[in-house]
Amino acid sequence: MEFAELIKTPRVDNVVLHRPFLPQVEGTLCLTGHHLILSSRQDNTEELWLLHSNIDSIEKRFVGSMGTIIIKCKDLRIIQLDIPGMEECLNIASSIEALSTLDSALLMYPFFYRPMFEVVEDGWKSFLPEQAFKHIESMTNEWRLSQVNKDFSVCPSYPPVVIVPKSIDDDTLRKVATFRHMGRFPVLSYYHKKNGMVMMRSGQPLTGTNGRRCKEDEKLINATLRVGKRGFIIDTRTLSIAQQAKARGGGFEQEAHYPQWRRIHKAIDRSSILQESLIKLVEACNDQSHNMDRWLSKLEASNWLTHVKEILTTACLAAQCIDREGASVLVHGTEGTDSTLQVTSLAQIILDPTCRTMRGFESLVEREWLQAGHPFHVRCAQSAYSNSKPKLEAPVFLLFLDCVWQILRQFPCSFQFNEHFLIMLFEHAYASQFGTFLGNNAFDRVKLKLPEKTVSLWSWVNRPQELHKFLNPLYESNSLVIWPSVAPQSLLLWEGVFLRWNRSSRYLDEAYEEMIHIIEYNKELQAKVNALRRQLAELETEDPLLETP
Amino acid sequence: MRYCSQEVLAERGRNVLLCTAGAAPARHWLDSGALAMEYIRTPKVENVRLIDRVSTRKAPLGTLYLTATHIIFVENASEARKETWVLYSQICTLEKQPTTATGCPLLIRCKNFQVILFIIPQEKDCHDVYISLIRLSRPEKYEELYCFSFNPKIDKEQREQAWNFLDLKAEYNRMGVPNSLWQLTTVNRDYGVCDTYPTEIYVPKSATPPIIVGSSKFRSRGRFPALSYYNQGNHASICRSSQPLSGFSARCLEDEQMLQAIMKANPGSEFMYVVDTRPKLNAMANRAAGKGYENEDNYSNIKFQFIGIENIHVMRNSLQKMLEVCELKSPSMGDFLWGLENSGWLKHIKAILDAGIFIAKAVAEEAISVLVHCSDGWDRTAQVCSVASLLLDPFYRTLKGFMVLIEKDWVSFGHKFTHRYNHLDGDPKEVSPVIDQFTECVWQLMEQFPCAFEYNERFLIHVHNHIYSCQYGNLMCNSQKEREEMRIRERTHSLWAYLWENRVDYMNPLYRPDHSQTQGVLRPVTTPYYFKFWRGMYNRFEKGMHPRQSAVDFLMAIREETQQLQEELEAQEEKIAKLEKVQMKNGKLLPKPKGRVKHFGPSTSDNSIANTPQDYVSGSVCTFPNESPLQQLDMENSLLILTKETLKCSDPDLSANSDQESGVADLSCRSPSGGDSLPSEDSVKDPDSDEATYVAA
Repeated sequence: MEFAELIKTPRVDNVVLHRPFLPQVEGTLCLTGHHLILSSRQDNTEELWLLHSNIDSIEKRFVGSMGTIIIKCKDLRIIQLDIPGMEECLNIASSIEALSTLDSALLMYPFFYRPMFEVVEDGWKSFLPEQAFKHIESMTNEWRLSQVNKDFSVCPSYPPVVIVPKSIDDDTLRKVATFRHMGRFPVLSYYHKKNGMVMMRSGQPLTGTNGRRCKEDEKLINATLRVGKRGFIIDTRTLSIAQQAKARGGGFEQEAHYPQWRRIHKAIDRSSILQESLIKLVEACNDQSHNMDRWLSKLEASNWLTHVKEILTTACLAAQCIDREGASVLVHGTEGTDSTLQVTSLAQIILDPTCRTMRGFESLVEREWLQAGHPFHVRCAQSAYSNSKPKLEAPVFLLFLDCVWQILRQFPCSFQFNEHFLIMLFEHAYASQFGTFLGNNAFDRVKLKLPEKTVSLWSWVNRPQELHKFLNPLYESNSLVIWPSVAPQSLLLWEGVFLRWNRSSRYLDEAYEEMIHIIEYNKELQAKVNALRRQLAELETEDPLLETP
Repeated sequence: MRYCSQEVLAERGRNVLLCTAGAAPARHWLDSGALAMEYIRTPKVENVRLIDRVSTRKAPLGTLYLTATHIIFVENASEARKETWVLYSQICTLEKQPTTATGCPLLIRCKNFQVILFIIPQEKDCHDVYISLIRLSRPEKYEELYCFSFNPKIDKEQREQAWNFLDLKAEYNRMGVPNSLWQLTTVNRDYGVCDTYPTEIYVPKSATPPIIVGSSKFRSRGRFPALSYYNQGNHASICRSSQPLSGFSARCLEDEQMLQAIMKANPGSEFMYVVDTRPKLNAMANRAAGKGYENEDNYSNIKFQFIGIENIHVMRNSLQKMLEVCELKSPSMGDFLWGLENSGWLKHIKAILDAGIFIAKAVAEEAISVLVHCSDGWDRTAQVCSVASLLLDPFYRTLKGFMVLIEKDWVSFGHKFTHRYNHLDGDPKEVSPVIDQFTECVWQLMEQFPCAFEYNERFLIHVHNHIYSCQYGNLMCNSQKEREEMRIRERTHSLWAYLWENRVDYMNPLYRPDHSQTQGVLRPVTTPYYFKFWRGMYNRFEKGMHPRQSAVDFLMAIREETQQLQEELEAQEEKIAKLEKVQMKNGKLLPKPKGRVKHFGPSTSDNSIANTPQDYVSGSVCTFPNESPLQQLDMENSLLILTKETLKCSDPDLSANSDQESGVADLSCRSPSGGDSLPSEDSVKDPDSDEATYVAA
């Protein structure tokens, strides 16, 4: 298909652009296959380059022959274009609509994007599962790397290699896969070096209404327990929802069959509810009425912070079981691709200082989200402004980032990266020139040949020129487990994302710059003092008689 | 211990307590607080438990002492003998709850938002403590207040000097008055015209004594229009008064002349605003009682404006409702947000800030003078005038400026501290969090303009604490006249000098006098989502809810170190210059400094402030199987070890530089939290001892 077919009017002059906190710009609007571009053709005026894939929905209005298109983006920004001429406006609108809802991943911009920078380190190779395993191997020899899924036949949403207990062979794994939702048999998610406890994740067991059991499954998860130890199964669903799942062939581990495990049910809502929550929250944030009661009640009714609290609490519980109770943990919900990953990844941020470094966090996103099969393609297809009925869209990853931000707020010196880094990941998960977040799982990425045909986000981020923007100036490595507070008083609305386009961040940005300035100046002085100290020492040794009183 | 409200005394008291070990510590105060001693039915109760409402840790057992001024709870178990001190003057309510199997619970809510629950084994002891505290927390006479017995052992001269630390006359001079338009009037020098006003009042030059006196007769309690702030740049001013006694039709020529004079004192302006900070309905109701508001028809060239700030009773109830939300045990997000909304608290804060913005805008942008009043002109008027001043003038955003602002708009103009903050046993309907709301407005502004204020959140919290502590004389009594009668300046100590001495703790590291945010008028936005719940104030004592690391304290430590580096640098340069001189003489070549730099940053991370998980399993205290008390003990031990380990981890930085000047090493020992954000509730047995560990290492 040619993009040209979709572009009815490629160019309109005298278009006026309105953006939050920026003066309006008049210029020429151009549509390309992937971008909406507005250029004033003046040297000093900023141009607008908007990826079609960033457009969540559009609205059009007419006053006489002047048309107006309101574009609502997936990064929650709202911009307005005033276009002279009804026909032009209609053409532009329908082109944008078509181009922003292309279904085929192969038509996405990452397949056309050529980097303007030299790729020094290929991000596609930065975080391979083999490397992650090497790290675990250095701490324990109880685990092995299994190739049982090398052709994606055992579990289509798993990567080709997974880490499993050494004592469990591939045949057993295949049998366990038939007993777990979407073939997602329990695999290692995290090894806690301090006490050798582990966190595993999986899909729900397919017990069904008649309480089916699977000896191999029991064997597998018992193999992760030390002698005489007990473990916790954290089911991210409430007991009643887990029970309802039985009717559809799913279910949960019966205590009788897993006597060494204790099951705890938590209440992380399903993805469709999360999507609704996001829509309500963004609507509340965009409500310009100046009424305090209305704001607070809308914020409350959105339930967004309730979800944040629930997810964080569950992650803390998992971390607590591992670090404080000295018990291993298995986490699952239904599929094991959403709430499960929120919990396992956040628990690692709490437990493992490595995950709080830049590379460690990137590696975590790669392991626990991309390779673990979080379906980014369907979850991030639409954002808060979508008019179409939500199907599979859900802000699961955004909620995870929000929870990380909450912990960052409580431990501002313990993270190597800053808030901008988290916001950048949010943006790229929804619309990007990079291939990292395309596809739903590793299998999709292989089929799409992403590593060969697109550039990885990590290739770009990890260049020193970019990296410095995302570094937290307050960072000091903290080897401790960090326990966040989950009290409602401690949880805040993530203004950097949800109020980003509604309020000027000027004063906060200035404060951030001031902070950097203070720290830089301190370092500068340290350097000077150290240099002079050495100079003095040399002067004095040269002539010991010259010692000053 | 720095965070504790009774710093100085606590320090001294501890020594006494430790040397008498076990004997009643109250002895020490016998001389100074003989009055209070009569009311103490039992000076000491043993085997009392202190229940922490947030944490799940086992409640410590200890001994409760009643002294002349404080309740002191000393824990038995911990080696460091952790102590909890509560001033009687901070006690807001006492609640004796039904006796249970474990004992008789006594709930104490404090005015600084601390909530303490003691379990006293014997009902009789509990009753005695309860009855004693009821009396001790509700003094009947000024003489009983803590400030009259508080003695920080500084000599007389120093004490007197401390009272001269602030001077309002100098403040009006700073604003540019008196001048050709404004003068100091002596009409109230013996409080004859208005007994709730100060003696020194600034009025327009053209306002003659007869006009002033006439106007004062037409205003509630004689509170005639007087200058609060003068904007030197454009002559616009903020004046304040009480409501006019206009009823339905009364008018007063002198009052009309007074307003005319105020307008005329702003040459070039064609009108002035009269801002009534009450809701219109309330103001109209007042007309029936012969009071009310200005009729635009009677005053030439005024524009009248209502700004609906609710009265003290609404505010008291609103705070009450919000505190109930803060006190909920493990509330859901919905409970909390719903409760916050339902309390209306943030709505009221927004109303006050909006009023301040209206006035600041009129003065700064329109160059129009404003007269502000409410009913009596000492609550809402004080709030709004001081918020407007703060927005207009960067001086009030400095540490000293803030103190001056409190003195100017609150203390001197007769804000009724004793009544509003319940210093003496009085009418509960007079109590209201008026200055609390002003303090919160400042905090909300600090959140919006992080570089604009010289002081930090801790300063606001400490000032707030001392509004209630009755430890210093500045914020006592209902008017200047009362303070003079009580001889406050001769008999008590000044808060401002004390806070100034400790100013290092109160500085905002992001503040720079030459920063663009610092300059000029602040223009805040008051869209509802800008207003946040002030956790640092209302959940101040729930340490588990606060961030475990503080960027502000981190930066403060860095800045402190930077200053030391600067000093060292200067010393070094001097030394090198000297050496060079000598060597030049000897004809030697100078060695050049080499490039490699050794980093010796302050080990400011509070890693050692161990943190422990909260109760993440909702509702149940502990749902884990196999857990015995023994294991709990193990957990605590392991935690202590963990703390030491991390200290070692952060050591290399330190030890590598142990040869360097001691100043740096000192700094490393300084917790960046400044002892402020103590570790979480159930981490170590005792936050104090934890801090001690940190320092010892």
